[in-house]
Amino acid sequence: MQKNWWKILSFLLLVYTIVGGFLLDVPRLFILNETIRNLYFHVCMWFGMMILFSTSFVYSIKYLRGFNLRNDIYAHQYAAVGSFFGILGYATGTIWANYTWVTDQSQSLGNILREPKLIGAAIALLIYGAYFVLRGSFTDMDKKARVSAVYNIFAFAMLFPSIWIIPRLVGSLHPGSPGSESGNPALNFKDIDSRLRMVFYPAIIGWTLLGVWITTLRIRLQLIKDKTLLHD
Amino acid sequence: MIKIVRKLLLLATCLCSTAICFAQDTQPDMADVMRSNGKIYVVVAVCLTILIGLFIYVFLLDRKISRLEKNKE
Repeated sequence: MQKNWWKILSFLLLVYTIVGGFLLDVPRLFILNETIRNLYFHVCMWFGMMILFSTSFVYSIKYLRGFNLRNDIYAHQYAAVGSFFGILGYATGTIWANYTWVTDQSQSLGNILREPKLIGAAIALLIYGAYFVLRGSFTDMDKKARVSAVYNIFAFAMLFPSIWIIPRLVGSLHPGSPGSESGNPALNFKDIDSRLRMVFYPAIIGWTLLGVWITTLRIRLQLIKDKTLLHD
Repeated sequence: MIKIVRKLLLLATCLCSTAICFAQDTQPDMADVMRSNGKIYVVVAVCLTILIGLFIYVFLLDRKISRLEKNKE
């Protein structure tokens, strides 16, 4: 039980996220209205994804340093759950954008499809999709692990221009773009309201811990499957 | 004098308007938490149910995998 305290912490933080996230006071903003509460859910998916992808990246480097297949399994599963979080972030973003970006009649679906943040996020997720295709196309275990570890480092490097840098250079409806003058939303202490922060940071930790828990389950299953290959 | 009359009139209109506000509330007030605030508590209850269900599912999976790990050794 002592090793599992973080699973209980995750549960408690997420219960707090839902109760506090729906009931606590939030800033009253035009257009956004109550949807600002999506900050505790939609944005946390992306934060969780970034943390899981970063972990995957670290394990890929660790694999390339020592060629221990265990690290390859870790990198693969962290990337898998990270992509899942990314897809959830994308799906929730589409719902949110539908009700806040399409506010007047002059804005159409075409404008939203041209949105650089959406295209960038789609590219990033597709690059990670190619990671799994690449893994599946190898029959040799060592070659699979080696090539996919190198590819994973490339995919992680591509995340930054596609979802963080380019949307902020060309301007976007998404917060953080030059037009919105908010710099780095959610992380900027001057920009985010302290009432939001009270729920937002615990929410990030809670969702990420849930992601890590699911990942450890997948890793343990994979380790049982590959027991014969790992020789330990 | 006119000022006092004005103030009294203002007070009277204020009182009347509150009375009208109360009169509009045709439904009897019940001590029902789940129906207050635009029924947001219902949403909280639904989300909590999903979250608890999700955690129970992950917990059971965790236990199952632990058992598998024991059997393998």
